[in-house]
Amino acid sequence: MDRDRPALISVRGLLLRATVVAVPLAFFALFFAYPVGAVVFRGATEGSVLEVIRRPSTIRLLWFTSWQAAVSTLLALAVGLPAAWAVSRVDLPGKRLLRAFLIVPFVLPTLVVGAAVQALSAWSGLGLDGTVAGILVAHTMLNAAVVIRIVGGSWSLLDPSAEEAARTLGASRATVLREVTLPALAPALWSAAGIVFLFCFTSFGVILTVGGPGLPTIETEIWRQAVQRTDFSAAAALSVLQIVVVVALVVVTNALERRAQSVTVRRPAKPAPARSWRRRSAVAAALAPAVVLLIVPLGLLVEQSFAVSGGGHGLANYRALRDTSAGGLFVPAAEAIGNSLTAAVWATAVAVLVGGIAAAAVVYSRSRTGRMLDVALMVPLGTSAVTIGFGILLALGRPPLDLRSSWVIVPLAQALVGTPFVIRTSVAGLRSVDRRQQEAAAVLGATPSRVRLTVDLPVAARSLLVGAAFAFAVSLGEFGATSFLARPDRPTIPVAMFRLLGRPSEALHGQAMALGVVLAVLSLISVMAIERLRPTDRLGW
Amino acid sequence: MSAIGSPVGEAGVGGLCVEDLTVRFGSVTAVDGVTLAVSPGEIVALVGPSGCGKSTLLRAVAGLQPADGRVLWGDVDLSTERVDRRRFGLMFQDHALFAHRDVAENVAFGLRMAGVGADDRALRIREVLDLVGLATHGDRSIDTLSGGEAQRVALARSLAPRPRLLMLDEPLGSLDRTLRDRLAVDLRRILASSGTAAIHVTHDQEEAYAVADRLVVMRDGRIERDGPVAEVWADPRTEFVARFLGHHNVLEPETARALGFPVPRDASGLVVRESAVTLVGHDRTDGPESGSGRLSAVVADVRFRGAISRVELSVESPAGPVSLAVHRSRAPAVGEGVVLRFDPGEVAVLRS
Repeated sequence: MDRDRPALISVRGLLLRATVVAVPLAFFALFFAYPVGAVVFRGATEGSVLEVIRRPSTIRLLWFTSWQAAVSTLLALAVGLPAAWAVSRVDLPGKRLLRAFLIVPFVLPTLVVGAAVQALSAWSGLGLDGTVAGILVAHTMLNAAVVIRIVGGSWSLLDPSAEEAARTLGASRATVLREVTLPALAPALWSAAGIVFLFCFTSFGVILTVGGPGLPTIETEIWRQAVQRTDFSAAAALSVLQIVVVVALVVVTNALERRAQSVTVRRPAKPAPARSWRRRSAVAAALAPAVVLLIVPLGLLVEQSFAVSGGGHGLANYRALRDTSAGGLFVPAAEAIGNSLTAAVWATAVAVLVGGIAAAAVVYSRSRTGRMLDVALMVPLGTSAVTIGFGILLALGRPPLDLRSSWVIVPLAQALVGTPFVIRTSVAGLRSVDRRQQEAAAVLGATPSRVRLTVDLPVAARSLLVGAAFAFAVSLGEFGATSFLARPDRPTIPVAMFRLLGRPSEALHGQAMALGVVLAVLSLISVMAIERLRPTDRLGW
Repeated sequence: MSAIGSPVGEAGVGGLCVEDLTVRFGSVTAVDGVTLAVSPGEIVALVGPSGCGKSTLLRAVAGLQPADGRVLWGDVDLSTERVDRRRFGLMFQDHALFAHRDVAENVAFGLRMAGVGADDRALRIREVLDLVGLATHGDRSIDTLSGGEAQRVALARSLAPRPRLLMLDEPLGSLDRTLRDRLAVDLRRILASSGTAAIHVTHDQEEAYAVADRLVVMRDGRIERDGPVAEVWADPRTEFVARFLGHHNVLEPETARALGFPVPRDASGLVVRESAVTLVGHDRTDGPESGSGRLSAVVADVRFRGAISRVELSVESPAGPVSLAVHRSRAPAVGEGVVLRFDPGEVAVLRS
């Protein structure tokens, strides 16, 4: 791939190339490698890692973290797979809406999901709050769309004639699914299961808001040790354990993905419209769980944000956001909105700058540096946000670089989480540039830089904007790292929501719901921007 | 035929009978009231241009495509029977092999579905792989096969469970010309030796001649001509069939009359087969001799085509010059005058 790209040559080119590699690398080193390194160093040198890991409480922690993630993954697969079939095999009406729906969970803040599940719990009387069931519902709600996207994407590229061949050879529908379709989907299934498990294993906002203090995982325990008990050694030891498990997970899922033979597709299926009544009801049944699971809790969140104590609906909760006397916060909750927007704008700017340069390096660089940079800058995405936040607190909260009291520390941490999104969309965008167009421009006399300006740039600009919208949405909802770094007098929306939800007061809960709605609306605006700008991918999504 | 117990049972009895089959996609009628019978052991080539409904007809017969009308085997109505219970084999254009299984496992699939035991299965797999000439390829993985090998594996897989009817949807479509010609001959031998009724879909008439006993020509969802291969070729009956089968001298009635052919009153045209035209000599030597069956012409164009050349003649007639094409290994030069003789027995009358 890289070998086919025009290389940057000449002295000016070399300088440019050095900058292009140096800027993202420096950012990655300073705000990721150094802080995480500090955590590992602290955990290793204070000699407590083995001691902490051997504690029965740690083993219980690891066990609970793992099984809730495993069950969440199975549930997400159960809800996501039928929907993946529907979106890939059936020409559904309202495809645009569906596409947007499938992106929502990627940018939906975990605190919004937590608040929505609390709203569902209060409305249904199921008592999900503080239970494993609540955590599982929230995780399924967030991750079914991940399964739909990954497996559905692969499914729509499968040649249906193999399935039809099996049918004519005497296999029933169930046999075809078991013996032909699922084996062919195996790489996608492993990939989706791996990602969902990782998300649920390192889940933070959901566990903290829905599970509460009674159901700790490794991730929330790192936070509790570091922030509430200020036992940095124990927190560092748990972080090391977390990193080891995550790395092992990534290695295992990659191996499983590779072992599952990928299938070369000759003729992708064209989705057929559902004509018969039977097929229509099958499609509805396949999509219903995923859609209902997202729509109902969010609907209840909106409903409860307008609920007035003593019955009826009104704007009381929203008005109260301006109230200075709100318990649990040092400032009116409304200020959190401004703080979040400011932080997200700066985080997005940094992510676009660093991610854009990194994407150019990845695509245009002939050397291995580009590919290494690509991998390196993806690592923060797989690292737990809590570890990153904790690391930044440890490493950058003291000389030589003390950013702890500066507000920039929050957008910088958020930028770290947003950068991989910018890189992914930009690299995909730049690689989708039609080589024949570049060649045509060159044959018509355009210099290499002119080719980039006229052919590459329009595509790049568009995908950079998509990446920016992703980074903005992710920054807005970021909670894991921000919870370590936001100063009490400068909370972001998720931080304020968490404080309000933690109080046993109905009025403050109402305010949290109102803030949740504001955050959800801001995220939805980002999704709409993404949808408008995003070119349709090869699935026509 | 092998001695191994057939999972299919009464395969020889009956035969396919399709009655008034219709498939609609929205407002488009892809298959329009097709009625077709195929006897056991008969090999039928279903030909027609792209988009004429051949593949849709096959899919409807297989049960993969919902359709109106009836599909019967013998006198058993299968119209509402599920695909997997029809025991009709379908071989796909792109082979549709299971990529995550090896060759033997692909061939075994239909046998497993039919509940054939492991020992019988192994025997049958060996037998069909032998039949298609891939006896040693059982443990090969699918992505190591060449196009021709994949085609043979797909054929073996379709044949293994002894379907009572085997339908082949452009099985040689993705292969190059030479391989195609060779495999068409093999296909004929394999189908004939297995004794299965077969419908072979192709848009290539040469392939149809090489494989089938009977030719069915489709056009716009309907069957336009159905009969023994040689008969359909010699007497295509409609201009569409004549042109599709490669006849290049299809004349309007008036033109044909002007050249001296007897043309019935109700005819819509006349096919002058290659064999009807003889070049008897050069203008200069034989002199301007005209009259019954002898005409003079000028060579308008010559196109080199390898062993033979296509010669385009401009024939003088009372109604003006008529263009005819013939193929000759030794072509005259462009502009040369020639004399033609026609054999009136070697023409076919077209009716609309």
